[in-house]
Amino acid sequence: MDFSQIAQQLINGLSLGSLYGIIAIGYTMVYGILRLINFAHGDVMMMGCFFAFYGIMIFSLPWWVSFPVAIALTALLGILIDRGAYRPVRNAPRISALITAIGVSFFLENLGLVVFGGRPKGFPRPDMFAGIYTIGNVRFLGLSIWVPIITLGLLLVILYIVYRTRAGRAMRCISYDMETTRLMGVDVNRVIAFTFALGSAAAAAGGILWAMKYPQINPLMGIIPGLKAFVAAVLGGVGNVVGAMLGGLILGLAEILLVAIRPDLSGYRDAIAFGILILILLFRPTGLMGEKLPE
Amino acid sequence: MKRILVVLMALLLVFAVVGTAAAAEKKAEPVRIGMYLPMTGGVAAYGQMEHAGVLVANKMKPTVLGRPVELFLVDTKSDKIEAANAVDRLIKKEKVKAIIGEAISGNTLAGGPIADKSKVPMVSPTATNPLVTQNREYVFRVCFIDPFQGEMAAKYAFETLGARKAAMMIDIAQDYCVGLGNFFAKSFIKQGGKIVAMTYCQTGDQDFTAQLSTIMAAKPDVLYLPNYYTEVALTCKQAAELGLKVPVFTADGAQAPELLSIGGKDVEGVILTAHFAKEAAVTELSRQYINNYQKDTGKEASGFDALGADAYFAILDAMTRAKSTDGPKVREAMASTKNFQGVSGIINIGPDGNAVKSLVLLHVKDGDFKYLATVNP
Repeated sequence: MDFSQIAQQLINGLSLGSLYGIIAIGYTMVYGILRLINFAHGDVMMMGCFFAFYGIMIFSLPWWVSFPVAIALTALLGILIDRGAYRPVRNAPRISALITAIGVSFFLENLGLVVFGGRPKGFPRPDMFAGIYTIGNVRFLGLSIWVPIITLGLLLVILYIVYRTRAGRAMRCISYDMETTRLMGVDVNRVIAFTFALGSAAAAAGGILWAMKYPQINPLMGIIPGLKAFVAAVLGGVGNVVGAMLGGLILGLAEILLVAIRPDLSGYRDAIAFGILILILLFRPTGLMGEKLPE
Repeated sequence: MKRILVVLMALLLVFAVVGTAAAAEKKAEPVRIGMYLPMTGGVAAYGQMEHAGVLVANKMKPTVLGRPVELFLVDTKSDKIEAANAVDRLIKKEKVKAIIGEAISGNTLAGGPIADKSKVPMVSPTATNPLVTQNREYVFRVCFIDPFQGEMAAKYAFETLGARKAAMMIDIAQDYCVGLGNFFAKSFIKQGGKIVAMTYCQTGDQDFTAQLSTIMAAKPDVLYLPNYYTEVALTCKQAAELGLKVPVFTADGAQAPELLSIGGKDVEGVILTAHFAKEAAVTELSRQYINNYQKDTGKEASGFDALGADAYFAILDAMTRAKSTDGPKVREAMASTKNFQGVSGIINIGPDGNAVKSLVLLHVKDGDFKYLATVNP
């Protein structure tokens, strides 16, 4: 493989990894404060894609209106899911919340199948992102560069919210000790709803970028990216936002490079993600950036 | 005395009602035909199109042997296991006399054995892998098989496109793709061509850039992609993004509107072998069907729906000739289908369960499938 091919694959891996990362951020934030693996997260991403799609197709909104509206609607969806499905089981054993999450996932998928139909739809790619650029021997879609840039921007915004605002501080406090935070007078329910909104918005943004890069959307599209983003979150250390992005990048690059270097193993590309999950859980369960478990 | 009279009258009334009901039921007892099709999932387009075709056919011919036809649909979700469960359910719960389905070879391979064991004739509209009917007495198909499709594709690539070096990408998760890919490769090499790059993908994959880079480096004359519509569309898009300027040749799995809606301008010029196009209509039934399909659905008839209709018509034809809906008798009749004037062409089905049929060549031009030629067996 010559240099231009390597460069091509690196750009690809970078953008795929950024997508995994931005979706992983939602997983990691919810886990951090609730110790809940929100299996419905991938399907929330799917709903974000469909909101954006219908915004453009049915309501004829220009993309720069449809996308933010879709993100806002998905944030709202996240709040609704928390309020309707997760809050009632907040004080129940963790397994109940987990099963509820799986239930919400199935619900969203099948709701999508009924409402949107099972056949895939072509997602429109706005001209701004559709340009193809050539540097030397390397050809790439403009979108492949936009994705890491936009994702980085979103990451910085989320980091600012988490580390520099009161809401963010409340989120971090809840992740340490929910009861004490409640005693301090923080409205825990509102902060949790805010976390879900933020995570779901990030998922919607990631989903829209994903749909622009791989322009076929269908109600079951969130399953595999959702699972891989979960692995990315675990890889980076669950609860750590930067770790989630890092985990996503590593996962994306590993996947692309495996198929590039050994094309005969391309059937195993999904196995890479789950193989990494097994290795991480065996050797460093708190993830790359998580705290080491106390001896 | 009066009481006896009242009782007698009551009994008479009861018998009258029951008798009429029984007589009425006997007259109109419907023939139950089941369909197991992928209405959701990776190949939902095929199932939905075939289902639409069956419905139009059912409207054209709603009765057989003087009895109305009752259709039952189970969604296989494009999954092998669901397909097997669907056939089981149609036979045991809905007690169907014949089954239409499935749309893809992999799922028909899963459902076939169950129909075989229960002696219920099964007709697949579009499963093209030869293994589907091999050693299965009760499984039939109304379409050509992949050895023929692969050979004709290789011939076209070699002779008409003038290709000597071919690159391929095969979906290893699908029996159809693997089988057809092998038949093409064998035939292409036999004619004197060379496969310069053989790459693999999986159903549901979205990123093919790694495989395409390998293919680009091998500098082929043609790229053969015997995969389903979503994968072909995404591959073509990414090929365009990478600047790969090689003619793309695909197969019957690509004849779905999704190829055009997902692929957009990046699938212009894609050539494919297929089952049917309305320009290739040769029978009277075909012309009627095309009109009715347009009237009922507002869309143009194409490969998958036409074959769905053919599966339905073929079953009715077999039942009519067998003068019965009994499994083994219908099976005998199906295995001796001669010169049946189907929608997609003249259908002959032999004891091996396969139909010998013509193939059409299409290409994508101006955002639609356009007819190129017919190839006869």
